[in-house]
Amino acid sequence: MVRIPYSEPGDRIESTRPVTVSRYRGITRLNHWVTAISLIVLLLSGLAFFDPSLYWLTGLFGGGQTARWLHPILGVVLFFSFLGMFIQLWRLNLPQPEDKAWVSQIGDVVAGNEEKLPELGKYNAGQKFIFWAMSVLIVVLIVSGVMIWEEFFAGYVSIPTRRWAVLTHSIAAVAIILVFILHVYAAFWTRGTLRAMTQGTVTGGWAWRHHRKWLRDVAGRRQNGPAE
Amino acid sequence: MSETAPQPTTAAANPPVQPIGLNMLPSDVVRISATRDVPQPERQLTKVAKLIDVSKCIGCKACQSACIEWNDTKPEVETNVGVYENPHDLTPNMFTLMRFTEWVNPETDNLEWLIRKDGCMHCEDPGCLKACPAPGAIVQYSNGIVDFVKENCIGCGYCVKGCPFDIPRISKVDHKSYKCTLCSDRVAVGQGPACAKACPTQAIVFGTKDDMIAHANTRIEDLKSRGYANAGIYDPQGVGGTHVIYVLHHADKPAIYEGLPEDPRISPVVEGWKGVTKTAGLALMGVTALGAALHGIFARANRVDEHEEQEAARLVRSDDQGDAGPTDRGSA
Amino acid sequence: MTNSWTDIKNTDLVVVMGGNAAEAHPCGFKWVTEAKAKRGAKLIVVDPRYTRTASVSDFYAPIRPGSDIAFLMGVIRWCMENDKVQWEYVLNYTNAAFLVKDEFGWSDGLFTGYDEEKRDYDKASWDYKIGEDGYVLTDPTLQDPRCVWNLLRDHVDVYTPEMVERVCGTPQDKFLTICQMIGECSTPTKTMTSMYALGWTQHSKGAQNIRGMAMLQLILGNIGVRGGGMNALRGHSNIQGLTDIGLMSNLIPGYLNIPTEKEADWQTYLSTRSFKPLRPNQMSYWQNYPKFMVSFMKAMWGDTATAENDWAYHYLPKLDVPAYDAMRMFELMTHGKVNLYFCQGFNPLLSFPNRGKMTEAFSKLKMLVIMDPLTTETSHFWQNHGIYNDVDTAAIQTEVLELPTTCFAEDEGALVNSGRWLQWHWAGATPPGQAKHDTWIMAQIWTRVRKLYQDEGGVFPDPILNLTWDYADPGNPMPDELAKEMNGKALATVYDPADPTKVLAEAGQQLAGFAQYRDDGSTMGGCWIYAGSWTEKGNMMARRDNSDPDETGAYLNWAFAWPANRRILYNRASCDVQGKPWDPSRKLIEWTGEKWEGYDVPDIAPTAKPTEVGPFIMNPEGVSRLFSRGMMRDGPFPTHMEPFEAPIANVFNPRMRGNPVARVFESDAETFAAVGDPDFPFVATSYRLTEHFHYWTKHNPVNAALQPEFFVEISEELAAERGIERGGRVRVWSKRGQVWAKAVVTKRIRPMTCDGKIVHVVGIPLHWGFMGAARNGFGPNSLSPAVGDANVETPEFKAFMVNIEPAAEEPVA
Repeated sequence: MVRIPYSEPGDRIESTRPVTVSRYRGITRLNHWVTAISLIVLLLSGLAFFDPSLYWLTGLFGGGQTARWLHPILGVVLFFSFLGMFIQLWRLNLPQPEDKAWVSQIGDVVAGNEEKLPELGKYNAGQKFIFWAMSVLIVVLIVSGVMIWEEFFAGYVSIPTRRWAVLTHSIAAVAIILVFILHVYAAFWTRGTLRAMTQGTVTGGWAWRHHRKWLRDVAGRRQNGPAE
Repeated sequence: MSETAPQPTTAAANPPVQPIGLNMLPSDVVRISATRDVPQPERQLTKVAKLIDVSKCIGCKACQSACIEWNDTKPEVETNVGVYENPHDLTPNMFTLMRFTEWVNPETDNLEWLIRKDGCMHCEDPGCLKACPAPGAIVQYSNGIVDFVKENCIGCGYCVKGCPFDIPRISKVDHKSYKCTLCSDRVAVGQGPACAKACPTQAIVFGTKDDMIAHANTRIEDLKSRGYANAGIYDPQGVGGTHVIYVLHHADKPAIYEGLPEDPRISPVVEGWKGVTKTAGLALMGVTALGAALHGIFARANRVDEHEEQEAARLVRSDDQGDAGPTDRGSA
Repeated sequence: MTNSWTDIKNTDLVVVMGGNAAEAHPCGFKWVTEAKAKRGAKLIVVDPRYTRTASVSDFYAPIRPGSDIAFLMGVIRWCMENDKVQWEYVLNYTNAAFLVKDEFGWSDGLFTGYDEEKRDYDKASWDYKIGEDGYVLTDPTLQDPRCVWNLLRDHVDVYTPEMVERVCGTPQDKFLTICQMIGECSTPTKTMTSMYALGWTQHSKGAQNIRGMAMLQLILGNIGVRGGGMNALRGHSNIQGLTDIGLMSNLIPGYLNIPTEKEADWQTYLSTRSFKPLRPNQMSYWQNYPKFMVSFMKAMWGDTATAENDWAYHYLPKLDVPAYDAMRMFELMTHGKVNLYFCQGFNPLLSFPNRGKMTEAFSKLKMLVIMDPLTTETSHFWQNHGIYNDVDTAAIQTEVLELPTTCFAEDEGALVNSGRWLQWHWAGATPPGQAKHDTWIMAQIWTRVRKLYQDEGGVFPDPILNLTWDYADPGNPMPDELAKEMNGKALATVYDPADPTKVLAEAGQQLAGFAQYRDDGSTMGGCWIYAGSWTEKGNMMARRDNSDPDETGAYLNWAFAWPANRRILYNRASCDVQGKPWDPSRKLIEWTGEKWEGYDVPDIAPTAKPTEVGPFIMNPEGVSRLFSRGMMRDGPFPTHMEPFEAPIANVFNPRMRGNPVARVFESDAETFAAVGDPDFPFVATSYRLTEHFHYWTKHNPVNAALQPEFFVEISEELAAERGIERGGRVRVWSKRGQVWAKAVVTKRIRPMTCDGKIVHVVGIPLHWGFMGAARNGFGPNSLSPAVGDANVETPEFKAFMVNIEPAAEEPVA
């Protein structure tokens, strides 16, 4: 059995004084932000249809008709964009033995007592949960979404199925919003995280604190890394 | 403009020729899609109904023709696919359709050709309106008419899912939803629906719902005298009753009339979607966002401290045998 | 119609046979639903197909196309056998008691006097025994074996329920149920109405189908009463009017006759027409024939028609053949004997039988003039439209002129409905483009033709040069001018014959009715039956008072009904011999002791004593005829005749083809499939669909959307036998042509067993062609045979033989 690594081959020590570690390549970041923007627009347009009190959100797009056609198209964009993310990230999001301890010590996680937690690879169990939740929900959303995409696919799906699809779609949408909130808040609360998706690097301290195994992996690889 | 048009009148009556005030006003709307707290109207219009007496219907399609003419729609010239239904289904350009069923009565072994005029039933509890996300795209008047307001429709197709009768059709051209309006524009000026006006045998009649029920009962009596023991009214209570009602010779078996639902109601799936999912979903999202906010305010941020930076530096440098010097390559 | 549309609400039983009222006459059919809803009336449908009418019927029975006479005679037999007879009516108001010549008889499906060579009967024996007093001998006890009643009993004896089932394919139990339902209407207080249309007329024995039902109605006492009658549902909104004013080539307006060449002079012509009464005291209204005829001649030629020149009788053409009907004209065309053909409001390329012959006929014309509001297939007969009109354009030299006319909604005038109501209407729209009224076009042509005769003379210019043409604008006669002319006016003072001092009309005044018509030249009138439609009181056709005292359905002040604003013909027969209504709850008129009065205009002289004058005043007998003497070419009683193309031989006489006296042109005879021809095993019948009106509405996108494409209807059994799928494409062919259509496979047509043989029916609706908004298609005339009814030449569209097979889908062009 192949040992699952703790880092991607492209992750490396960017500088040593101070220590910065490259976490996401440019392409990954672009991919992330395309996904993120699609998701945000999807949330805004979708919420507009979800409840009358939020219908005003269609105003952001120039009206309900535009929101109606834009939403599913962005859904497709999101799907493929996320697929790109998935291909890049899925391996390191596979579960590791230490995830179990992390989850069992969730109180320390929330309290920020990181020193009590085991050493982690590139992603902690929370991040993995977000990754897999997003993956599953996006599949659910794209499948149910296509079923209720009135403009092109209405004729292929029976109305009772479409009713289930719309119910599923809305439940999945609620779920993905919850995951999204968790993701955004975690990135914000865990200071020093955002730069991973903006500049692509994190500080050594950040890596030490949150993803020490990853840091060790990257640092260790540096010795044998290809000459630049 | 003289007086206000009378409320509701039979389709057989000829319309007044002078301009006449509307009897259905925006203030008579009792429900509006995606809108809470619709103001209670000052008056209650008499409940109306269109009665379709299937036992009197000869399937001539005059109703379809009148519907096309009055609504100025342009249904396609399709093909013949081996049946009498044309167009083959309701379309955004065909709000009503004769559906033909050849049914052999198992009791008599006689063929019966059941011809039912399909179209919007104008439910008292309209599933389309409930499902609609666009404020003002679907309205219900206090006389029972459920009308689509094209200007507000966004073409999402939620009404299709909400309808227990498979009626609304979304146009591929302007992406708006269409269905029978019960000729609200005619009713508003004291006329009956165009289909009822055109019906040569008065199988379609229009009036107050009470009158229509009374008329239906006389028809049922006649049908029972002709051996249709199960003749009855189709006014399904699952959707609170409808403002288009049928007289059926076999009211015990509505499904034989080309799939008329036995006990139509708004699908529990749709109710679940528009009810608990929406409420719980909004609550969950609110709670989560609030929780995050509170956590953000009251819990200290998860910061990296200097000690950890040093630990990292130590780790990196201890591994860094080939380090040429103190130059920071990355942060120049 | 003897009655009117509105009167149908008064009936207890509607029999729709030989028609499909709900489908082809949906607006009139509302009165059937009225009768059902308000009177609890029952509806019986007898038809090869379970039609839209059948869908709202109380009882339906199938019948093989073209076997109606056997069915009707079977019902008559059942009624006679089961005493379901309105005896007082039959004894007093029909010729049941009249004695018939001893030579008359029937055997092997033929009446006495048949000449196979001439394909005609010597009708000498088909008549009454006349006594020394000149009147008919009768036996009111009905004991004499030679009385009509006993002859009829003998005649129908063969039509047992078993025979009906054998010939018609109608299951006996269904037939007997219908007999019982019909039999109930023999009481004076229950009436039945017969609604029929082209399902009975479009046969080589169409007129006899109708006679069969008329006889049944007489036996039940249902003629002349409210809710009864023989009600022909006319197929065009104004075809009744067209018939009234001389549609048929052997008629002139008001059902007067064009003379034949045997009637070279006026006296000979009149001698056979002014029937003397056959019974004492009878009116024999046709004794007034000279008054109608002279007034007509005065309308035609005015001052030129004088007593001295026999009212210009020599101007009238004299027929050398029985009629120049349309089928004869097309036959003549194929022989190159016609140069110029005016085709006005007529699309014969699709509406006359054997389309191949039509194309051939038009191709031999020098010029074809089309007057029509729509572009017709006939006007494009020369244009190749692939399989839909596969002609060699270059080989056709006919010059075609299209003159666009207005449609009914764009002009003013009267439409005559099936109930004989002349309803005036006004233009609702301005004619589009260069469309002109038909009258304008004809007047323009006429004035130019007259000028040619004036300038150049001719063989016999007098009838043309002297034709009355007193219109304000000779180039554009107005509807009111024409209507007034048809009503008639006084040319000199008209006096009351009973009181010569009393003036009925001054010269120049419109006549109040045909009773004021005179045979001395003092009146003129273009169509005597329309007299009273435009009187000194004005346009009676434009009346719109829909009051209906006691809701009898008469509506006497709505429009005008010919004759004399009478709504129910023979209404004297609604009363018993003493003049009291059979059914007091359905009173129409009654004898007060001094005169007749009631809700309708009495169909008898107002003071004619009921016990003296019979109710059927147009007949010299004063009564109706169960035995029609020599009035019809094919027999005094209806007898079963097969269609010219039939799946089985005539059970009475296997050698007999079709109607033995129907005219068959030699070239057409070759195109008939033999009886039982295995190449053409299925019976075809044609019909209309409610979504369309003939070949007009395929031009309208709305109608085209509702029924877009040509199809044929077959049973599930035939579909299985031939491997035909619902909605699949099929080829249907007869000995004369072929069509491609979509297949509607239905439970509404079932195979029947006739004379031991399974008979499948192929239904062929008629609304498609190669012009207009609907999809291209064919009409049944591509398949049907060119043979008509023996009496009136209505083509046999309702029963002929075809074959059917699945076809490949149409290649995409």
